[in-house]
Amino acid sequence: MANDIHLLIGTRKGTFILDGDADRKSWKLRGPYCETWPINHVKADPATGTIYAGGGNEWFGPAVWKSDDLGETWSHSSEGLAYPEGETPIKTVWSLAPDGNGLYAGVEPAGLFHSKDHGITWQHLDGLQKHPSRPKWMPGGAGLNLHHILPHPSDANQIWIGISSVGVLHTSDGGKSWQFRNKGTRNDYMPEDQRYPEFGQCVHALAMAPGMPNRLYQQNHCGMYRSEDGGQTWESIEPGLPSAFGFPAVTHPRDPDTLYLIPLNGDVLGRYVHDAKAAVWRTRDVGKTWQDLRQGLPQKNVFFNVLRQAMAADPLTPAGLYFGTNTGELYASADEGESWTCLAEYLPTITSVETLVPNR
Amino acid sequence: MAHDATLTAATTVSVVLAPALIRLFPDCNGRLELAASSVSDMLDELDARWPGMRDRLRDSTPRIRRHISVFVDGHRATLETPLKQGTRVYVLTMVSGG
Repeated sequence: MANDIHLLIGTRKGTFILDGDADRKSWKLRGPYCETWPINHVKADPATGTIYAGGGNEWFGPAVWKSDDLGETWSHSSEGLAYPEGETPIKTVWSLAPDGNGLYAGVEPAGLFHSKDHGITWQHLDGLQKHPSRPKWMPGGAGLNLHHILPHPSDANQIWIGISSVGVLHTSDGGKSWQFRNKGTRNDYMPEDQRYPEFGQCVHALAMAPGMPNRLYQQNHCGMYRSEDGGQTWESIEPGLPSAFGFPAVTHPRDPDTLYLIPLNGDVLGRYVHDAKAAVWRTRDVGKTWQDLRQGLPQKNVFFNVLRQAMAADPLTPAGLYFGTNTGELYASADEGESWTCLAEYLPTITSVETLVPNR
Repeated sequence: MAHDATLTAATTVSVVLAPALIRLFPDCNGRLELAASSVSDMLDELDARWPGMRDRLRDSTPRIRRHISVFVDGHRATLETPLKQGTRVYVLTMVSGG
């Protein structure tokens, strides 16, 4: 296939792929794939080009689908992707993350699995189930889901994860044991004197700065944060944003100081874009200042939202940005967010957007 | 079907599988006979023929998935339901989704 870039789109009704040319001006939509299962995350392994799609079907349960031919054919497996007998069964796969040794899958109820054979079989990393605080973890509105996985780029033993209504955890022993990394993040749903607990914060998205694995960004239900020490402490960077509430957070592929967000109008007023006008907000100075990027985005009567895994950047120059809405539109920018075009509409609710540039 | 050769004097049942399930296993035509003395045995036999099919029909509790119906002699069955010689078993998807 001669296309230069592929957008991998997870939706409530299957996986779609948009094939683009080198200029990122001509696009063609394919799909739906994965038998129109609800798919939460579609992610490619850049080393192999294999595409994985994680989700769960009301009839048939959770599985990870895979394609070795850019989506033309798919297989599925959940061998080993299960908790021990008697425990609450896995409902769905929420997030996928390839690393140098294989592929991680985060599931609901919250747990982490790893595959060393490209998604054919899975092994449970059960340190999260053995965490002493586990009986106190309470699910959020979307469930007790493990929705972000950030493997350290050079240390296979280090991983950061985000779990809704629990917070950020870090392991330095490959998932055997986990420590909370929530210091400085707020929980506005607690009494005033208990708003900075050890855990219980509702992380919405985690992002790692390129080339700086200890610089993390976090969009939370209650605030926007940056950490310079691998999540041991967090600092609010929400001043200047129209709202501290949103879902995705995406770093620039090369500039660790640049981050993109889509703030919504808060958590109690419908959770759509601020002032019913679509905008991506960008910082180029690690969150000190923010700019709204609106050119080409609808600015009247816009009531969509963008879910936590539904925005991505490509590795090209200048960087491309992409986001999908709960109303099924896919917007793209080929100039680092300065201007936007709509690539697709009338898709099912978009749950995830990722990019694949072959041979990169 | 080559697997018919494996049928023994044990209980032989006929199985009808839901179309949505068959789509996940392209070489399965959805109707077959196999040897099984319980629904659980039947799922093991199906999984031996089409690896992964058991996981699609049974969760890790273990029990038949909530939105899957297995009918034996006109009644919804559990994994423990015994199968009699010549019984027809229907594996169906329930009304579900949105």
